[in-house]
Amino acid sequence: MALPGGPEHMRIGVDVGGTNTDAVLMAGHQVVAWSKSPTTADVSTGIQNAIQSILSDSGVSPKDISVVMIGTTHFTNAFVERKHLLEVGVLRLALPAARGIPPLADWPEEMKRAIGEHIFDVSGSYQYDGRTNSALDEAAVAAAADEMVRRGLKSVAITGVFSHVKPDMELRAGEIVAERAPGVSISLSHRIGRLGMLERENATVMNACLADLSTRVVRSFGEALQRLKIDAPFFVSQNDGTLMSGATVQKYPVLTFASGPTNSMRGAAYLSGLKNAIVADIGGTTTDVGVLVNGFPRESSVTVDIGGVRTNFRMPDILSVGLGGGSIVRTGGAVSVGPDSVGFELIRQARVFGGDVLTASDIAVAAGLAEMGDKSRVSDLAPDLVSRALAAIQFKVAEAVDRMRTSAEALPLILVGGGAVLVSGAVPGAAEIVRPEYAAVANAIGAAIAQVSGEVDRVFAYAEIGRDTALGAASAEAIEQAVAAGAARQTVQVIDVEEVPLAYVPGGAVRLRVRAVGDLVH
Amino acid sequence: MQINLSDMSDFARGSAFLGTGGGGDPHLGRLFCETAIRQYGAPKVISLDELDPEANVYTIAMMGAPTVIVEKLICGDDAILAIKKLESITGRPATALMPIEIGGINSTLPIALAARLGLPVVDADGMGRAFPELQMTTFNVYGVPLSPFVLADEHLESVIIEAMDGKSAESIGRAVAMQMGLAVMISCYPMKGADAKRAGIAGTMSAALGIGRAIAEGRRHGDPVQNLLSYLRTTAYYHHCREIFDGKIVDLLRETTRGFSIGRCTLEALDHSQSRMEITFQNENLVARQDGRLRAMVPDLICIVDRETGEPITTEALKYGVRAKVIAASVPPMMRTPQAIDCFGPRAFGIDEDFVAIENLT
Repeated sequence: MALPGGPEHMRIGVDVGGTNTDAVLMAGHQVVAWSKSPTTADVSTGIQNAIQSILSDSGVSPKDISVVMIGTTHFTNAFVERKHLLEVGVLRLALPAARGIPPLADWPEEMKRAIGEHIFDVSGSYQYDGRTNSALDEAAVAAAADEMVRRGLKSVAITGVFSHVKPDMELRAGEIVAERAPGVSISLSHRIGRLGMLERENATVMNACLADLSTRVVRSFGEALQRLKIDAPFFVSQNDGTLMSGATVQKYPVLTFASGPTNSMRGAAYLSGLKNAIVADIGGTTTDVGVLVNGFPRESSVTVDIGGVRTNFRMPDILSVGLGGGSIVRTGGAVSVGPDSVGFELIRQARVFGGDVLTASDIAVAAGLAEMGDKSRVSDLAPDLVSRALAAIQFKVAEAVDRMRTSAEALPLILVGGGAVLVSGAVPGAAEIVRPEYAAVANAIGAAIAQVSGEVDRVFAYAEIGRDTALGAASAEAIEQAVAAGAARQTVQVIDVEEVPLAYVPGGAVRLRVRAVGDLVH
Repeated sequence: MQINLSDMSDFARGSAFLGTGGGGDPHLGRLFCETAIRQYGAPKVISLDELDPEANVYTIAMMGAPTVIVEKLICGDDAILAIKKLESITGRPATALMPIEIGGINSTLPIALAARLGLPVVDADGMGRAFPELQMTTFNVYGVPLSPFVLADEHLESVIIEAMDGKSAESIGRAVAMQMGLAVMISCYPMKGADAKRAGIAGTMSAALGIGRAIAEGRRHGDPVQNLLSYLRTTAYYHHCREIFDGKIVDLLRETTRGFSIGRCTLEALDHSQSRMEITFQNENLVARQDGRLRAMVPDLICIVDRETGEPITTEALKYGVRAKVIAASVPPMMRTPQAIDCFGPRAFGIDEDFVAIENLT
């Protein structure tokens, strides 16, 4: 895989998780150094500590770093916990359509309170094929913008019917708002979501309420690098495992919402050299299982709730099961493992650490699969009990793997994460088990190897223009978008084509989704 | 009886089950109802028995593509227009609303419109489930004309169709709906209370609510599918019911022909018996065969539900690897008469076989 900067340059990948901030220093395909430090409340101190540690360990000079790639779950956590959110002006371009279901109709009350209920409905919409359904009422947009200024709103979410088919009205409304309300942050839905206006609007509002936080966090990323005297640019990974610039994440923080699991899967793909495989990331509390297709996580086709709000943005299809190093093992009758876990209390509550809760980690130690804590504290466990607990773990992983398989064909299973040692034997449904080196920091490696992408998701009339023409047009547009996002043209390729025929529509209308990715120009 | 705000999620889930894979995701219909009920209060639901034979009963539904409806959502004023227009043609103001179909999004619309117009909803419908075409109703089978038929869009444009029969009304209507943007409100089958009593399927709104509740309650006690089956056995129509398969989706074939999503879903048994079930669908599930042996066929219900949660899975949401149970259930006797089978039995979907009821299959 060609990488930005080439092998002679050093890249840093960082993953800011809820508990740990991991950093990895890579030269070409080589992992030079890695570290894990606690995540800090301000994010930037944790990043600074993690990077400082790998620079010290490797003796590499900050000026030799060519690029820093950061993955973070910070924005997801902020939204779910309703911390640092802005009130949002919700501008919907739909009238006369959609009146029966107002914006925020399906938001939980406490979420609605957090972002206010500043709703503005104006005329403007397209048909499914891009024809104008109702003209944009520019005067009404201007009046809405004036009212938002009067209410002191700092962020606006603009969503139009079929804007992912044709964004013109959203763009024009954005211009008008920018004119009337200078300095206000503007989120446009066609940049964020796909078909399904309510979910796209939800995601756009989520994005808008993070505008202030994203500005501060992106600035703090920059400052952390400055304090480390790293002069290189930094990028942030988004949900699909590709990169966006600091400027983009500042505008579209919602696009980072699922980057954590994506990065660990992409890291697993890179470390194992496999492009089509199943990845199980076994952590302390849960095991996240996903599928790699052509080196990228398979995306979810169903709506995903975040903080109780339905969204439809690009998310990897992840099955989370309650199994990890901290999973509680019960032995009365049949031996069961999880789904509950002692979580971050593992280092106090697990038997090997002096506690009295039997956990999956204790089983691993008793079975000789891992070394941690005081092994003598689990020497009383009957071998039969240990092997039955291991079998229960194995069964859970096997079931999750089987559920996520894309075809009847058995795929290799890549195990990453701190809890990977829990799986000791063969897993039915897996062609083989792969345990790559550096599996503990697969997510930071995933951030370090990210690429950039372009995507087209639109309805085409196959009956009129023919399938080949439609595919050609969509591919060319996806490639152009990848280039516009910073990819080197010669590296861009179409990696995914999905065709969904529209039910109840005569005339061969097909919803076509094409994705192209390429390496970052550097 | 009333359907209140707190009932809407159960009702929508039950409607999705009776949608047998089609009818669209009732989530939007549910939000539309909740918005209307908050503003206007919950409408009264009356049984066919309580209905005045002289009542003027109107239907309200959406026609178009689920993929367009998720973008344009629901306007609401267009639905009122469709009803008003139909009133002006018949010269009889509506005194009650009734669903055309009890599956998917269309089962929810009459609740919201009844709330807005201050009318009662009749606890009945014309399909007992969901069907892809407008003439596939017991109304049509038992002599209630589909026309006059009004389509209205969010611009408050309307079209009146007076067709020679139900099938013709459906095909003209679909062409008009396309031109109007594929998310239009329709009102048709205007009828008297006496017609509704004769040609409507009684109690299906209660059944949808009961089904949704049974699944939700089963989740609290650990076996939603079993709880659902127990409930179905207590109902007047769906009591011949059974779990006909427990498996995992191993193949999925979908294509669009004549404006429908037509395809086949194959499941493999989880018990390592290698047994397979093949379900063919045209938006709605039509026929289920296990290893070549017929297990259930249209108009009987064939529903694919998540094997753990009992959540109904729509045709759009089927995907490889999903572990599902297949539930089959009988439909009301009035949907199994020779003339009903002519209208929406296997041959109406191009399957050249005689209908065999689920209770006569093993």
